Amino acid sequence: MASLRTTSRLFAASRPLFRPASFARTYATVDSNVSETPKMKTFKIYRWNPDTPTEKPTMQSYELDLNKTGPMMLDALIRIKNELDPTLTFRRSCREGICGSCAMNIDGVNTLACLCRIPTETTKESRIYPLPHTYVVKDLVPDLTLFYKQYKSIKPYLQRDTPTADGLENRQSPEDRRKLDGLYECILCACCSTSCPSYWWNQEEYLGPAILLQSYRWLVDSRDEKTAERKAALDNSMSVYRCHTILNCTRTCPKGLNPGRAIAETKKMLAA
Amino acid sequence: MFSQKLVQQSARRLAVQQPLAIQSMVRASPAAATLGLQKSVDKKALNRAVTSTAAEENSILAKQRMNRPVSPHLAIYRPQIGWVASGLNRVTGVALSGTLYLWATAYLASPALGWHVESASMVAAMGALPFAAKVLLKTIMALPFTFHSFNGLRHLMWDMGRGLSNNVIIKSGWTVVGVSVASALALAFV
Repeated sequence: MASLRTTSRLFAASRPLFRPASFARTYATVDSNVSETPKMKTFKIYRWNPDTPTEKPTMQSYELDLNKTGPMMLDALIRIKNELDPTLTFRRSCREGICGSCAMNIDGVNTLACLCRIPTETTKESRIYPLPHTYVVKDLVPDLTLFYKQYKSIKPYLQRDTPTADGLENRQSPEDRRKLDGLYECILCACCSTSCPSYWWNQEEYLGPAILLQSYRWLVDSRDEKTAERKAALDNSMSVYRCHTILNCTRTCPKGLNPGRAIAETKKMLAA
Repeated sequence: MFSQKLVQQSARRLAVQQPLAIQSMVRASPAAATLGLQKSVDKKALNRAVTSTAAEENSILAKQRMNRPVSPHLAIYRPQIGWVASGLNRVTGVALSGTLYLWATAYLASPALGWHVESASMVAAMGALPFAAKVLLKTIMALPFTFHSFNGLRHLMWDMGRGLSNNVIIKSGWTVVGVSVASALALAFV
């Protein structure tokens, strides 16, 4: 018991240095003190490991108690990684639908895991795949190199040669600014592009809904002076016209945007 | 939580009372090995460590990219009226134009081959069938035609930039299904 004497002194010295364990940062959980019957739900997750490339991708099952898991799919994934299988690999960052990292195919539909509620129905399993028809880096991580290259190819920045009359900012009327609503909110998560069958079969040449929405955002910007050049770059059989208005893009967008309408308007601009 | 605090407390106590004991514990841990805190680090082994150039790293990446599987797509995407109707539009279009080409070619070749595909003989062949077979055959012929026609109107609407909200896409899709089935049945009983 002699050692206990130093306790109070130690505490006084160590408090500022050591955070109490109760402040430890953790993922969202539901209070586990509630004594309910466990609600076990099965999650089937696509697995592929680049270290064993000859092994085919498999679906691995995990079971979680929904009473102890946060409400969103991302909570479930983080809990699986923390408690069941640390080798599970996926991208995530903001957990509030603004970074676009956790885009994946959940129960057959592309969405952001952080904005997707776990279906409370426990009899049905949830199936999680990476974004469809992408090269898989590992597990749920797709290779989006081509997607970003295509974004770069449409020159997603303001292009103008003439300075403004008063040498100040490039201003625009409230009406012109309103044309950018529903376009500037895109976070480039690639949910829409990888939901598009046309993009599945022709992604080498077809730009895909996300990039075409961005392209339209610069086509309608009243401050941009290279509209003719932008239109000329799109005016071929592949860049835009591989869109066959399947409209999976509009259906799946986790931000509620409408890439399908942006493409339709682009086609009208090209035809005019 | 409590047990965690207790362990932390006793560790801190030990650190104050016997600093040497803690140092030896830390040095022996696996984390220390990676941080290079161990006294008995094999310096030669460190010197032999492989360093790779950017080109070598790129070739490793290229090799890994060769092996990457393509994630599943059509088979795992949830069937929704939007893309299923679009796919059926393509399939029915191919079927209708394919039938036309096949029949037109057969019609051209029929005098040489001695076939009878002219209207009169086809009407006679159809008339000889029992009623149920007539209805079934006519439905099979009419449904692709009606579906493709009405869905084509939907596509024309979209090309004009209208009806592109999610709500309208779903409703117009099911409307087309209903109207084309009803009109195909009506044509079958004519």
